[in-house]
Amino acid sequence: MPVIEASQLTKTYGELRAVDEISFAVSPGESFGLLGPNGAGKSTTMRMIGGTTLRTSGTLRVNGLDPEVHGPEVRASLGVVPQQDNLDTELRARDNLIMYGRYFGLPYSYLRPRADELLEFAQLTEKADEKVDNLSGGMKRRLTIARALVNEPRILLLDEPTTGLDPQARHILWDRLFRLKEQGVTLIVTTHFMDEAEQLCDRLIVMDNGRIVAEGSPADLIRQYSTREVLEVRFGSDRNVALVERLRGFADRIEPLPDRVLLYTEDGEGALEAVRRDGLEPVTSLVRRSSLEDVFLRLTGRSLVD
Amino acid sequence: MALDTNALAYSGRALDAAQQAETVRRWGWWFQAEWRLRSMKAYWTSVVGSALLTPLLYVVAMGIGLGSLVDANAGGIGGVTYLTFVAPGLLVSTVVMSGTNELSYPVMGGFKWQRLYYARATTAASPQQVALGELLAVFIRLLAEALVFYVVLVVMGAVRPGWSLLMVPVAGLAGMAFGAPLGAYAATIENEGPEFALIQRFVVMPMFLFAGTFFPLASMPVYLQWLGWISPMWHGTQLARAVGFGMPLTGAEVLGHLAFLVVLTTVGVWLAMRTFVKRLGR
Repeated sequence: MPVIEASQLTKTYGELRAVDEISFAVSPGESFGLLGPNGAGKSTTMRMIGGTTLRTSGTLRVNGLDPEVHGPEVRASLGVVPQQDNLDTELRARDNLIMYGRYFGLPYSYLRPRADELLEFAQLTEKADEKVDNLSGGMKRRLTIARALVNEPRILLLDEPTTGLDPQARHILWDRLFRLKEQGVTLIVTTHFMDEAEQLCDRLIVMDNGRIVAEGSPADLIRQYSTREVLEVRFGSDRNVALVERLRGFADRIEPLPDRVLLYTEDGEGALEAVRRDGLEPVTSLVRRSSLEDVFLRLTGRSLVD
Repeated sequence: MALDTNALAYSGRALDAAQQAETVRRWGWWFQAEWRLRSMKAYWTSVVGSALLTPLLYVVAMGIGLGSLVDANAGGIGGVTYLTFVAPGLLVSTVVMSGTNELSYPVMGGFKWQRLYYARATTAASPQQVALGELLAVFIRLLAEALVFYVVLVVMGAVRPGWSLLMVPVAGLAGMAFGAPLGAYAATIENEGPEFALIQRFVVMPMFLFAGTFFPLASMPVYLQWLGWISPMWHGTQLARAVGFGMPLTGAEVLGHLAFLVVLTTVGVWLAMRTFVKRLGR
């Protein structure tokens, strides 16, 4: 039985259809991603799963329960990491975990040792008695994840878990999430970073304007919507667009961007050689494997990150 | 001590989700209040400190300074010394103003700055419980402040101990009669504007000055007395005077004052729960 099942799920704000008849199911232990640009409806979907945002129409079940009817039961089985940290900055790191646990009706005798365990997991043991204000962005994020685990949820909702973090902080955080996944925690992750989606997600849906535009594993999506390799060439911003027609013959598909031209092909090096033989010398060139970014570009005609 | 990360996600020691939900359905309102009270610990010393110092300053300035003038010229007010007359009013108005502080910026900030209400709403609690807990915590804090204030008044001889202790719950109720509707309003504010400064200047200050705190409302022209009638501070002060030094009130008056405060508090609590549900459920 899926742990989360959405059918024709819709949320409108006046005229705006923030989430527009989306359907998906998540299996236990799966790591499931919602990929899309800002405003695609990812966060709204997450909040509906927790029953904090009320849906306009459609059905939604979490562990077989409707979050709007069984809010306390559903939320007690979830850990939520919101997009914006909302820690109590007046309290120390440890007290943030303990007090949050109190909201779930958990006794102090359970919460005190649990808080120490989670601080160690989040690599914050030395910061246990620091006020939250004195923690770095990455530490606050890890503390928020630790907080979400205090009630031992089987499902963890992570809304943009690493937005705003530096690369090192992101890798530490991903490592923590992998460990949870290994222990069977179901992860639901929204992100607009394709590398994050590729790292963390077994399966994902690509969302745009409140709708699902594609669904599958990262590898499947890349296979289905892109070529194996991509050749990126730059000729200078004024010449890129002008050369598109001339480059068209060298690739299966071509995508002109303001600063560069993307040539989709099975053999990037071969295409680059062919371009050069034709007498064109790009200022810079790069051959890389296709990513989810290319899938998104193909599906929507737009880049993920503005 | 090495952590067994394999057992981290589920230690098996926590209540399961159904048990958590059941506990929270019953006691969630209290768990919510608990956190707010604990956060208040950060400024607890200033709460107690000001509860000690404010009556001290007031009693010296009003009771001994102004009071000696009033008592010498008018022989007190309604048969009691000016200090005796003014003390219950000072207690009530101070507590109402504390309620104003606790339920204006902190409530808006809970949605806007720290976003703590959103954190609480992701727990097993309901938005109604978040609102209720918030108001309850402030009520408890107001009672604590009123009690300290009362003890100082007694020690300084401004109030005689005994039934006058009822001034404490009366002040707490008056604080919520103004604070709860204010909290409900604060929960609707999207962006910080001049709202609270205007309320402070054009509602709280006039209420403080013209609601019979410093002189009987009846000594004002009738066309200004309505300022007192609509003010929780006046209704609270009248009740506090009745229990404080036995100011004669008819049974109907007592009931009227009490009903005014209870109705305003109840409407405020109901509105706060509604606005929290709306804002957190978006």
